[in-house]
Amino acid sequence: MSAPTLPAALADATRDDASLRRFLHGLPGVDQVGVEARAAALATRSIKKASKLWAIDTAISMVDLTTLEGADTHGKVRALTAKARRPDPDRPDTPQVAAVCVYPDLVAAAVEGLKGTGIGIASVATAFPSGRSSRQVKLADVALAVESGATEVDMVIDRGAFLEGRYGAVFEEIQAVKAACGDAHLKVILETGELVTYDNVRRASWLALLAGGDFIKTSTGKVSPAATLPVTHVMLQAVRDWFTATGELRGVKPAGGIRTTKDAIKYLVAVHEVAGEQWLTPELFRFGASSLLNDLLLQRRTQHDGHYSGPDHVAVD
Amino acid sequence: MPAFEYAPAPESRDLANLKPSYRPFIDGEFVDGGGEPLKTVNPATEEVLAEVSTASAADIDTAVKAARKAFEKTWGPMPGSERAKYLFRIARLIQERSRELAVLETLDNGKPIRESRDSDLPLVAAHFFYHAGWADKLGYAGFGPDPKPLGVAGQIIPWNFPLLMLAWKIAPALATGNTVVLKPAETTPLTALVFGEICQQAGLPPGVVNILPGAGETGARLVEHPGVDKIAFTGSTEVGKLIQRQVAGTPKRLTLELGGKAANVVFDDAPLDQAVDGIVNGIFFNQGHVCCAGSRLLAQESVVDELLDKLRYRISTLRLGDPLDKNTDVGAINSAEQLGKIRALADSGEAEGAQRWTSPCPVPDRGFFFAPTVFSGVHQSMRIAREEIFGPVLSVLTFRTPDEAVAKANNTPYGLSAGIWTEKGSRILWMASRLRAGVVWANTFNRFDPAAPFGGYQESGFGREGGRTGLEGYLDV
Repeated sequence: MSAPTLPAALADATRDDASLRRFLHGLPGVDQVGVEARAAALATRSIKKASKLWAIDTAISMVDLTTLEGADTHGKVRALTAKARRPDPDRPDTPQVAAVCVYPDLVAAAVEGLKGTGIGIASVATAFPSGRSSRQVKLADVALAVESGATEVDMVIDRGAFLEGRYGAVFEEIQAVKAACGDAHLKVILETGELVTYDNVRRASWLALLAGGDFIKTSTGKVSPAATLPVTHVMLQAVRDWFTATGELRGVKPAGGIRTTKDAIKYLVAVHEVAGEQWLTPELFRFGASSLLNDLLLQRRTQHDGHYSGPDHVAVD
Repeated sequence: MPAFEYAPAPESRDLANLKPSYRPFIDGEFVDGGGEPLKTVNPATEEVLAEVSTASAADIDTAVKAARKAFEKTWGPMPGSERAKYLFRIARLIQERSRELAVLETLDNGKPIRESRDSDLPLVAAHFFYHAGWADKLGYAGFGPDPKPLGVAGQIIPWNFPLLMLAWKIAPALATGNTVVLKPAETTPLTALVFGEICQQAGLPPGVVNILPGAGETGARLVEHPGVDKIAFTGSTEVGKLIQRQVAGTPKRLTLELGGKAANVVFDDAPLDQAVDGIVNGIFFNQGHVCCAGSRLLAQESVVDELLDKLRYRISTLRLGDPLDKNTDVGAINSAEQLGKIRALADSGEAEGAQRWTSPCPVPDRGFFFAPTVFSGVHQSMRIAREEIFGPVLSVLTFRTPDEAVAKANNTPYGLSAGIWTEKGSRILWMASRLRAGVVWANTFNRFDPAAPFGGYQESGFGREGGRTGLEGYLDV
């Protein structure tokens, strides 16, 4: 079950269940106190004026504008795509978001709304958010998304299998989904809130990278805690270490609970200092968020106008 | 894509309420000192901050006499519960004036505002709070029912943590009923003199605390003054030895907290990313001007390359520059003299064959700065492995087994601190009981707490500061 593109040492790690376990448990541990202290210290960097404006525009361009409600309708998705195309109609120089993220059955509506924009169409598949279904159903879910035109697939891992230590099963499933994705980019949702320990986060990150995930993503947004700074630090370290080992660039996507510009900037600082400047691009870093965009737009206006404008100056979609 | 440049975020220097001149604090008043005035310099810009009037022999005599009188008449006989009130008041005043003190400390010392604001000042206040709590409980500290103070304590502190070292010295001395004559370092006297104002604000009886700025000679005079009952010194091993000679044969008590060359031991099963942060914190905190700095990295051979790669990347993200900027990680070297010493020792490392790596960070044209530097391929016989550099220079050595790690870690004339990085709890305990160091940190470094005793082995001095043990140095037990 080894992936053909990996360097020998890493390919060997994926030979069977036992070697996968040995490899994952041989990764350096993560010290909770240390990683949380570092995350807190980096969060105090001062970003103002020109650097803030740059950070805001960069953050906007990294947003996966998301709606994942049971009550989602075609109308809601159309409104969201309109917002993605022109986040701030009063200010045409505002960057477009990276992608719109919807359930598989609504991908067609998103494709329609985003025609000709180059904005990505992401879809959560694989029995999102719990991932509790048969392989067949999960792959059918992926097929629906991809056939409807999704360019990015956000899958959830089987946390049950991971916590049971059946790493091989998780690995195989990610590979199968990756194969089903075709040209679409695969983001692997680890649901770190359910993995609980940083050691697990690091192991799950490596597992997803070994299996060919293009992105590792923190959360579905349906479990608390969702994205946190220290968890994102651990994942950024994983992609950096992956780059050192293989020369390949993989991405990170924190999702859920990032609502303010201030928070988003803290993540950008972490990207900058933990992974490196190279990762400061929508190809390698995304925010999974629904309400973050409006705060970014308000703060963007504040930076340009020199005064605050109210929430009614930006669209509520 | 433009680089992610952080905006400059300088703290306002006006907050420091800098005055053109400062004077010694004797018997509750600021007085003109009879010594040669000195100028104190901002090491980040090389500009003169203020002129400081220093103490002459006569001033020292006056101060010691005032301290003696205060000890006999007011402070000594005062109930511990009353002394505690003054200490609590001082602690609260320090908190109230912490921004002013942090900015002043950064101007005078060169350390980043992030450290003076978030690390030094909270600890300074914590030391006074902690010792205030002891003042009325000395009978329960395990030194007998009624331990007595020693009398007048002469205290000499270094320039690396001017206000923190003052707190480490003054708080326990006052809590135990002693009075104090303190000499701050020649290059960093300002916050100590502002502390004199705080004593006034707190209504501390005159003579209980006296602050005498001056150079080494002032310190020597204080040490030999017959009216002093106890000497507490923090500084270089060289000066510590001189003091010990001076004090020998007299009834004076002595505690010394001297240099260090601490080993930071990283095993192959360590949490490597956090170990990297701990190494950075261990040696680049306060520009490496830390007596317990983890200046010798002992890395297990099986992980040394990976660790060094991570370490170099991490160090290259450190921001060096204006200490008043909140984004600055590494500030200025305290003086031109110290910068010279660091350069000389670093050059010796290169000459003896170690591989030098310097952070590519930009270095300001003005001021005393030294870019973070790592020497790999260092061996125990090299000067940079044996001598304290007291700057942002890390020496990397390797080991193969735990026994070798212990042997190399202990192979130093010093013994102030050590660090152990491993995920194995049993190994932490095994190592900690074998390392000859006053403090052993596990999976962390440079953590301080007023309740934790601090002090050294061998040439790192004797006596402990902080905790219950720290009280002993100021009590007749």
